[in-house]
Amino acid sequence: MKAFLSVENLTQRYPDGRGGSTTVFEDASFGIERGEFVCILGHSGCGKSTIMNILAGLAEPTSGVVVMDGAQVSGPSLDRGVVFQNYSLLPWLSALRNVTFAVAARYPGWSKAQVQAESRKYLEMVGLSGEVVHRKPSQLSGGMRQRVSIARAFANHPKLLLLDEPFGALDALTRGTIQDELLKIWAGTGQTVFMITHDIDEAILLADRILLMSNGPMARVAESVEITIPRPRERTAIVTHPNYYAIRNHLVQFLGQRSREMAGRPGGGAPETVRIDLTGGDSEEPDARRGLRAIP
Amino acid sequence: MRLSLNQRAALLSVLLLIAGLLAWEVSIAAGGGGGAELTEYEKLTGGGAPKAGVPPPSQVLGKAWEQLSNPFYDAGPNDKGIGIQIGYSIYRVLAGYALAALVAIPLGFLIGMSPVAYRALNPFIQVLRPISPLAWMPLALFIIQDSEASAVFVIFICSIWPMLINTAFGVAGVRQDWVNVARTHELGPLRTAFTVILPAAAPTIVTGMRISIGIAWLVIVAAEMLVGGTGIGYYVWNEWNNLDLTSVIFSILMIGVVGMALDAAFGVLQRAVAYAE
Repeated sequence: MKAFLSVENLTQRYPDGRGGSTTVFEDASFGIERGEFVCILGHSGCGKSTIMNILAGLAEPTSGVVVMDGAQVSGPSLDRGVVFQNYSLLPWLSALRNVTFAVAARYPGWSKAQVQAESRKYLEMVGLSGEVVHRKPSQLSGGMRQRVSIARAFANHPKLLLLDEPFGALDALTRGTIQDELLKIWAGTGQTVFMITHDIDEAILLADRILLMSNGPMARVAESVEITIPRPRERTAIVTHPNYYAIRNHLVQFLGQRSREMAGRPGGGAPETVRIDLTGGDSEEPDARRGLRAIP
Repeated sequence: MRLSLNQRAALLSVLLLIAGLLAWEVSIAAGGGGGAELTEYEKLTGGGAPKAGVPPPSQVLGKAWEQLSNPFYDAGPNDKGIGIQIGYSIYRVLAGYALAALVAIPLGFLIGMSPVAYRALNPFIQVLRPISPLAWMPLALFIIQDSEASAVFVIFICSIWPMLINTAFGVAGVRQDWVNVARTHELGPLRTAFTVILPAAAPTIVTGMRISIGIAWLVIVAAEMLVGGTGIGYYVWNEWNNLDLTSVIFSILMIGVVGMALDAAFGVLQRAVAYAE
């Protein structure tokens, strides 16, 4: 049984200017289930953004395929919404018009009033209402711009939502608030989300599963770490969960050391699944052992 | 009392104007006051012809009052009101300019969107652009066989380049992020062009249009001096032939005022399409 989104043997090579080619990543394969929230972590240059662009249909891989919901991905589509790090709002349109622009593209048959109502609903979900929605992006703070961008993406009900380091340019406090809003809106919609991030704590808070990429060149998706912390999650509460630091330590170890050791070594195939659960509960023996092995 | 920056600047402008006009008036009164002794020849010819001199500003102001109080009179081919002459010039400028915009903006779009079109057309643009528009005049007169249309053609050819180049530049420089927004929303090529690329490139395009209208207004004066018949350029030349320097100075001022008004109109348009990133 194939996953809802299946990424198979994705490889990206660029000419290196000396006649040869540089392999950014090779044989990257992974799957995402419907309704899942998956984060991908890895160092700069491992090709995370390239993978995202391929999923969005904005870039072509050198080889490999992406299959979503039974159909191969080729070219951009309304079924795959993207939130870019730099917001990508159209600066000559107000916040509201940026959202109606997208809703009207998604539902061409809708009346103006319907489009307006839907757009306002999603802007309200991210805490933007009243006079603010008539401002141009340049008159909004970075946090507000990213809220508009998130509202625009969710209002389109894509089958897959792609978030490219959406909070990378925001200060820590704003980031926290918008993460909470994202969690809330995600819980309400059951949207499938694939997100790039550099922030380990952010990934643990948001994700069902974290994909870990080794360093480039010849990066690959090496591990898939399950986040065994029950939802709904609160940023203040999850840090006291017994699994939190066990998972966090595993991620830090990977990014700090093992990702480097793996660099340049060909490998591939599906990532190794890692499940760390110290609560004892329903975890099976091999998983628990693997978890313990991973924590030095 | 402290005056604001604008008030101080306005005050200084008025002072400079008054000082300039006074200096002009005084210098002419001092220079033109001589001529006491008539020569033998002048006595014979009955006091001599009146000497043509640069008129003082008071005389120019009088002329302006006289002309502007009845700008649209028409007393034959060589005696038309300033309003009619400027009207002809504006009509020619706008006709040539509109034709140029109709060609330059779509073509600029094409060049901006397609690297092949850019490379293919670039050599032609680079050769044609530096040609003085007036150099086209003989060819235009010969081919078109109509002086009116030739003047319009000269305006067309001089105002096309800034619009073409700026449109191509603006369209090519549209941020890839915005194009990606259009792509991920499955906008067709036409909707992408009108809802994303055009507004994104509009400030650059309008800047090109503003440069073009300025050049067109510069060129129309020279073109009308050559073509003759009507227009502000012809008016200046005709008054020079009549040795009526008062009218020459007055029409020079009018050329400046109209040029400023055209530029200001495009300034308004430029502010309307501007956006902050």
